[in-house]
Amino acid sequence: MWNPEKEQIAPEKLREEQSKALINQVKKLYERVGFYREKMNIHGIKPEDIKSIDDISKLPFTTKMEMRDVYPYGMLAVDQKEIVEVHTSSGTTGKPVVGAYTQNDIDLWSEVMARCLGMGGVDASDTIQNMYGYGMFTGGLGVHYGARRIGANILPVSSGNSKRQLQLMQDFSTSVLTCTPSYCLFLAEFAHEYCIDIKALGMKAGFFGAEPWSENMRQDIQKKLGLKAYDIYGLTEIIGPGVANECEEQNGLHFFEDHFYPEIIDSETGKVLPDGEKGELVITTLTREGTPLLRYRTRDITYIMPGLCPCGRTLRRIHRLFGRNDDMLIIRGVNIFPSQVEEILLGIEGVEPHYQIVVDRKGQLDSLEVHVEVNAAIFSDEISRLERLERTISSQIKTALGVQVAVKLVEPKSIARSEGKAKRVIDNRDLT
Amino acid sequence: MIIKQLSIFLENRSGRVNEVTSLLGAENINIRALSLADSSNFGVMRLIVDDLDKAIACLEKNDISIGLTSVIALEVPDAPGGLAEVMRKIDKSGLNVKYMYSIPEKKHNNAIMIMRFDDAEETAKKLEDQGLNILKQEEVLNL
Repeated sequence: MWNPEKEQIAPEKLREEQSKALINQVKKLYERVGFYREKMNIHGIKPEDIKSIDDISKLPFTTKMEMRDVYPYGMLAVDQKEIVEVHTSSGTTGKPVVGAYTQNDIDLWSEVMARCLGMGGVDASDTIQNMYGYGMFTGGLGVHYGARRIGANILPVSSGNSKRQLQLMQDFSTSVLTCTPSYCLFLAEFAHEYCIDIKALGMKAGFFGAEPWSENMRQDIQKKLGLKAYDIYGLTEIIGPGVANECEEQNGLHFFEDHFYPEIIDSETGKVLPDGEKGELVITTLTREGTPLLRYRTRDITYIMPGLCPCGRTLRRIHRLFGRNDDMLIIRGVNIFPSQVEEILLGIEGVEPHYQIVVDRKGQLDSLEVHVEVNAAIFSDEISRLERLERTISSQIKTALGVQVAVKLVEPKSIARSEGKAKRVIDNRDLT
Repeated sequence: MIIKQLSIFLENRSGRVNEVTSLLGAENINIRALSLADSSNFGVMRLIVDDLDKAIACLEKNDISIGLTSVIALEVPDAPGGLAEVMRKIDKSGLNVKYMYSIPEKKHNNAIMIMRFDDAEETAKKLEDQGLNILKQEEVLNL
């Protein structure tokens, strides 16, 4: 355990620290950030109204749209000369969101990332092959800072160039991998084609995140690479990777709530839900200096797992993400998360989770198509077998999700993926 | 006696067959026999080629899904009722043809059919017992 004092903190002591930090943060934001001062005034909240962490629900939410509106520096809570680094999230629609870091923020980031890596048993003797992209994306440098803090050896290879990844892995005896789960599977496939026994490398851990994945996908990765696969959670708005991470129990992600306070709300009403109830994750950065956020709506769906983890950490856990409520598809009134489709695909012998969901509207009716890549394991020279596979997938999805889907087998590697995030959903409906 | 057939998964989109056959052509691989089966969404191209290893390497390099299947090349009299007679013998042996297609060239006065059964080895023996002529891989390539 990287920081037992913080990771096993007594709950009362934690609350005390959280209360103190929140009071301090709210006061500072009211004084320094026009955006928050106005917002709190509109909601009739004064900094004095916040007396403990229990008062957090009185505060207004912050949304991604609001962060975009004040691009680039509208959320800054310190003098610009205090900022030592800036990251932005991939702005697929409109302007990106900005995370600005002071030196203390970078130290905080290093600390929480060191905790993440420590959960997978990483220490100074390890060699980490960091295949997250370096650059404006937080993945690469976040892992990098954590590895530096621990004193592990880091290969800052960034994403892409799969052949070189495999070469480095062998030459430098990589023991820890960090990348997106889909890239990891892609790499395993790639190694297989090049007759490289990736399992024989004896790697011990992998930290996979930046996109939702399933328990089945974890089993698949562990089987193919012979390492323990950990789920890591984070987002640029909050700090980057290192907001929460799975411990050796691989059952829920411990939330670093001494720095990032989690709440689960009902997306519709905004009401806070008790631990154990599923809803939208909302995060407040208690100690960030550069761009602190109050009650940021992540759009990620999860719940806080009640009860203590056998690992001894007292920091509460969130369940592995169920998807995002803005990625959620509503098909003929049925809510569908891409991760549910993935779960089904991985349950079918030979099928790999390389898929894409295409939604269309024909007339008044929504149609759902699931494209699944053919691989060596499921390909057959007989049309009837391939058609049977399409029917199997389609009927299993129908049974599990209650919607009719058309399954279409597509050529291998025809679904764009993996250097960054796999695009799982294409929604062609014009819903305006 | 058994012939190795290459099969290729193809999405139904225009130009795809051209792309794949061009790849083989560029590697100087000759297609001896070909059949294309299709469903509404995809097709499976089945090929007998002169240089199997080279073809596999070329297709894999281009991320094309391939399969290898054992098939049988059977001589069929090129006359009315010729195929019917052969099929009768296949039936009599209790065998089931999954699919078949013909090779355009002729050897003497007979046509050549490529046939896919469940178990190629066993089938070959049974068919020879019926007095049918089964061609070897070299014979097919040298037609």
